Amino acid sequence: MLIATALEKRFGPVQALAKLDLAINAGEFFALLGGSGSGKSTLLRMLAGFEAPDAGALTLDGQDLLPVPPWARPINMMFQSYALFPHMNVAENIAYGLKRAGVAAQERRSRIAVALDLVGLQGLEARKPQQLSGGQKQRVALARSVVMGPRLLLLDEPMAALDAGLRERTGLELRVLQRKTGAAFIMVTHDQQEALALADRIAVLEAGRVAQIGPPQEVYARPATRFVARFLGAANVLEGRMQDGGFESAEAGGVIASGLPAETIAIALRAEQIRLTGAAEAPCTTGILEDVAYRGDDWLLIIRIQGGARLRVVHNAPPPAPGSVVGVAWGAAAVVPLFA
Amino acid sequence: MKSGGLVRAVMLVGFLFLWLPILLLVGFAFSADRIPFQWGGFSLRWFGALAANERLLEAAFLSLRIAAASATLAVLAGGGIAFVLARFGPFRGRALFGGLIGAPLVLPEVVVGLSLLLLFVALEGLIGWPAGRGAFTILLAHAGFGTAYVAVVVQARLAEAERSLEEAAMDLGATPFIAFRTITLPLIAPALVAGWLLAFTLSLDDVVIASFVSGSAGTTLPIALFSMLRLGLTPEVNALGALVVLWVGSALAIALWLLWRRA
Amino acid sequence: MRRAVLLAPLWAWLLLIVAAPVLILVVMAFAIPADGVPPFTLGLRFAAFVMLVEDFYYAKALLAALRLAATTAGLCLLIAYPIALGMAGVQPRWRLPLLALLMLPFWTGFVLRLGAWIGLLRDEGLVNHLLRGLGIAEAPLPLLYTEGAMLAGMVHAYLPFAVLPIFTALIRLDPALWEAAADLGARPARVFFSVTLPLTLPAAAAGFLLVFIPAAGEFVIPELLGPPEAQVIGRVLWQEFFQNRDWPLAAALALALLALLILPIRWFQRLGAGA
Repeated sequence: MLIATALEKRFGPVQALAKLDLAINAGEFFALLGGSGSGKSTLLRMLAGFEAPDAGALTLDGQDLLPVPPWARPINMMFQSYALFPHMNVAENIAYGLKRAGVAAQERRSRIAVALDLVGLQGLEARKPQQLSGGQKQRVALARSVVMGPRLLLLDEPMAALDAGLRERTGLELRVLQRKTGAAFIMVTHDQQEALALADRIAVLEAGRVAQIGPPQEVYARPATRFVARFLGAANVLEGRMQDGGFESAEAGGVIASGLPAETIAIALRAEQIRLTGAAEAPCTTGILEDVAYRGDDWLLIIRIQGGARLRVVHNAPPPAPGSVVGVAWGAAAVVPLFA
Repeated sequence: MKSGGLVRAVMLVGFLFLWLPILLLVGFAFSADRIPFQWGGFSLRWFGALAANERLLEAAFLSLRIAAASATLAVLAGGGIAFVLARFGPFRGRALFGGLIGAPLVLPEVVVGLSLLLLFVALEGLIGWPAGRGAFTILLAHAGFGTAYVAVVVQARLAEAERSLEEAAMDLGATPFIAFRTITLPLIAPALVAGWLLAFTLSLDDVVIASFVSGSAGTTLPIALFSMLRLGLTPEVNALGALVVLWVGSALAIALWLLWRRA
Repeated sequence: MRRAVLLAPLWAWLLLIVAAPVLILVVMAFAIPADGVPPFTLGLRFAAFVMLVEDFYYAKALLAALRLAATTAGLCLLIAYPIALGMAGVQPRWRLPLLALLMLPFWTGFVLRLGAWIGLLRDEGLVNHLLRGLGIAEAPLPLLYTEGAMLAGMVHAYLPFAVLPIFTALIRLDPALWEAAADLGARPARVFFSVTLPLTLPAAAAGFLLVFIPAAGEFVIPELLGPPEAQVIGRVLWQEFFQNRDWPLAAALALALLALLILPIRWFQRLGAGA
């Protein structure tokens, strides 16, 4: 439905978007994941029409979107700061876009009621934004965009201003809303858990480019690059090279894995998939337990293995004392080869 | 940050210093004594004398008209300038633009007055307009420096107002002009009003610039007062002061009360 | 393209009202005084500038003006700081009323307030009346038409402008700063000199300049309250223009004043840009 081709954008010395390609399908919940400076907000603003690319193309259903100004695009945006109009109450805020579109008063009222219902804010029509809580403001912003019936809804870090408890619940409600309206949602976030939990597809952005794109499970289990691996919670990334004897890593003190493709330049190991070896088992490598952090459900161990790398390991039982020598092991399936 | 007793005391003394002359001015307006600032029993005669002083009244009405007109012009021009400065981002000559805006704010009045007069003389010589000097040139001059003040006040307010509000409006289908009319304008309205009042007061107060640019045609209230004070003092001045303080004081009180209620 | 349409008339207004007059001042300074209306003809005459340099009277006028402006600005700052500190220290809901109280004198009219000072300080004025009544003085003290009266009037007129920038800067500061300083052992006076003052220095400088620059050219207050000997540049310029009808000399004086004020003005603009 929406196709971005080779988008480029530079702000002074900073290259925000570097030949970025992207395709969004109708009706899907899409997440743009990236750290600050990755270009995700720039891309979003470009889709909304507030930034113009230095080069590249953007089409919606085959029509060129670039010459179309923001007020004429069938795309609506929910701003990170919510941007509710302070001199209007909730109903007037939601009515704003409908008024611009020339919708009659009668129909406006019913559509506003439906929108408020969808976000669960019935009865708050007369309140002013200053009188709302953060969560309520977010819903009003959502309702204001959704009531326009856009084909594509852009969400700029929608949950960033909410506290942790509210975030998860709101995220799920967001997905329910998306299914109900049938619009494609593009959500920008830096929170990988959010992206993994809600999206049909994720694009991980790095330095203005798409590092990897795909369904959550695929991106999580098979990260394409070291950056994606680290960003998606693979705490351990070991650099090295495939030699005759196997994957050799200097920081791991030797050969650490085998049977990997020749182009492998690093491997990722999840903290949950490494275990401490008992006396009888042969470890993959050994090291010194440097630090222990109790996390309630488990312990996080920092182990300095031969070669100098520090592995993060999640352990489900009381660990040995810091300073002891321990062995660590993992299954062959836990090793994720990285080629970039 | 609570301030200590000494600071509070000095602050009170400072306010007293500001207010005492004014309060005394107002108080003695009600004195029957012919010698100003002497108490001769309660009387309203000086208000009557003021009402009968045609020259002063004419000057007052002229000043009010000029002030209202120049303030309105100043808001239009100043608002436009402020919008440009706040929203247009970098453009060629922007630093010069910003610098020129602030200039009338700080320059000594004699310099501004003289240079504006010379400007009007030059214009008259070149294109025949403005013809002669009088109320109209005062109007232009006051609009000129009023613009600077309005621009500063409105720009401060615009800088605060979130840019994303206008973008949200555009995202919802408003063209930039409609976004300005429905979103920006209501939000900066208080600043525009404040700017108008500021320009109005400055115009009403101005002696030096008006003297330079007006020639002898028509006198404004401050100029008339100035001439009076040069020669001596009459209690009519007290009466005028009392009226002004009453007027401004109640306007301010109403404005404050409205704001208080809103909060 | 749309921007050009909006920008062009604004540029025109600005150049006409602000930039052109200064150029015209220069042209006028070189003009030749004449009889008639307007009292000059264009030309290239250096006499005005020569007079400025040769006759010490004008240099003295400029110096007197700068001295008056500096004293006024300094006094204003001294009084403004406690006022601003006091205003910033009250509960936020009292700030607006206090601000109104501060600015109301300004709104009541410059000339009227001077009338009040005259009424207070003249020989038959209130102060002398009280002094005589209390038996402290026999003959009226010459309070009016003195340097002191002039200074009092100046400070009274300009004080709010010194308070505003400092007040604004104070309320923008994080209140936790004072608590942190106190927590680390600083007593209130120390907190002021080591935390408050350095942080509000730019605002104080702005307040100083906001008073100094216009006060340097002040005419009305010296004329109404000051002694005849107080020939500050504002008065001299006025006299040359209105009484001697020497427009070129007046223009030259204005340029001289501007030249002296260029650095303070640039400094003030730089402070404003940083804010």
